[in-house]
Amino acid sequence: MTIATAFLALLESRPRHGYDLKHAYDQHFGHDRPLHYGQVYTTLAKLLRTGLVTVDGVEAGGGPERKRYAVTEAGVTDVQRWLDEPESPQQYLQSDLYAKVIGALLTGRSATAVLDAQREEHLAAMRELTRRKRGGDLADRLICDHALFHLDADLRWLEHTATQLDALAAAVRA
Amino acid sequence: MSDALLIAEGLHKAYGETVALDGADLVVHAGEIVSVMGPSGSGKSTLLHCAAGLTRPDGGDVVYDGRVVSALDDGERSALRRREFGFVFQFGQLVPELTALENVALPLRLDGMRRRPAERRATALLERLELAEKARSRPGQLSGGQHQRVAVARALVAGPKVIFADEPTGALDSVAGERVMELLTTAAVEAGAAVVLVTHDARIAAYADRGIVVRDGRCAR
Ligand SMILES: Nc1ncnc2c1ncn2[C@@H]1O[C@H](COP(=O)(O)OP(=O)(O)OP(=O)(O)O)[C@@H](O)[C@H]1O
Ligand SMILES: [Mg+2]
Repeated sequence: MTIATAFLALLESRPRHGYDLKHAYDQHFGHDRPLHYGQVYTTLAKLLRTGLVTVDGVEAGGGPERKRYAVTEAGVTDVQRWLDEPESPQQYLQSDLYAKVIGALLTGRSATAVLDAQREEHLAAMRELTRRKRGGDLADRLICDHALFHLDADLRWLEHTATQLDALAAAVRA
Repeated sequence: MSDALLIAEGLHKAYGETVALDGADLVVHAGEIVSVMGPSGSGKSTLLHCAAGLTRPDGGDVVYDGRVVSALDDGERSALRRREFGFVFQFGQLVPELTALENVALPLRLDGMRRRPAERRATALLERLELAEKARSRPGQLSGGQHQRVAVARALVAGPKVIFADEPTGALDSVAGERVMELLTTAAVEAGAAVVLVTHDARIAAYADRGIVVRDGRCAR
């Protein structure tokens, strides 16, 4: 998801000023990475240029921060297209973890050590996320849960792979 | 970190031909939460049972608060368990004929405390586990998650220094399991009790401060 797409969704919910957009973005989409105002206005300028957003009203006093922006019909179509398109599961077919296991087996190093170190790293990250989740609101909890479920899936794969190392080593060295 | 409260070192245990523990170690510091993970059959439960004095290891030592547990006789070991330890298992630990409140008060009653003060303490713990309104329910009338929270309250009621929990959320879905973990760890921290948490579920283990992994009866890494 791009910043522009998030802006379109926020503007579809209601017209907003740049300031309001930034804060709504930070709250719902940004979390660890709040937007700079520079990004807000360059994104809005691009959306205006491409006709996905219009200026809905300007309050007295001028200046870019006084403009209120609204989504156009083309912008709404963009939001719909974004939501219609499922995210690609391809990322899980390109595993850096798998590459490291193969690297260890190819070079006669310990793949078990690779898996153990990775497990430790994953578990530490999961403990940290769980701490964060417990102190957080519903949005924090769901974001942490998303990461936790993925790390958990990785861990299961690590355990599963640990039981297949002998066969894998034979295949790699053949 | 403070001095170790419980040290299990080089534990060996065999059941006939089956080697359940082959030099396993476990160290627990006061007030900390330690997870024990590992594949099925790797020896997690056996390690917990040996560390808690429920099972006698064939070899190795368990030292609790300066006392060598393996040197104690059965009566002394069972007194140690009653006074210093609390237990939570996967299922079947509540007495079906007793109410939640009576179940929680039971360890105190068995230790000779009068009914009134025992039930007062039990009520306070049920409240802490957000189960006040279930005090009069019997185990059969509780959901799985509520059942486990009653078990946690019972494990904590006598003011133990260590809670041994073997798959306490093993029979629950992830939402109920996490709720049990949140309440268990919060209540244990408040009470200053350490927790040894055996689980195969990394999301549950993530409630611990640190973790060990058991493989083939030994601790990995
Ligand atoms: N009372 C017993 N009698 C005979 N064998 C036993 C007994 N208890 C455990 N074992 C064996 O010892 C080994 C370790 O068992 P243990 O219950 O400690 O594993 P675990 O890691 O807790 O497994 P799980 O995750 O399935 O609970 C297993 O091979 C098991 O069959
Ligand atoms: Mg077990």
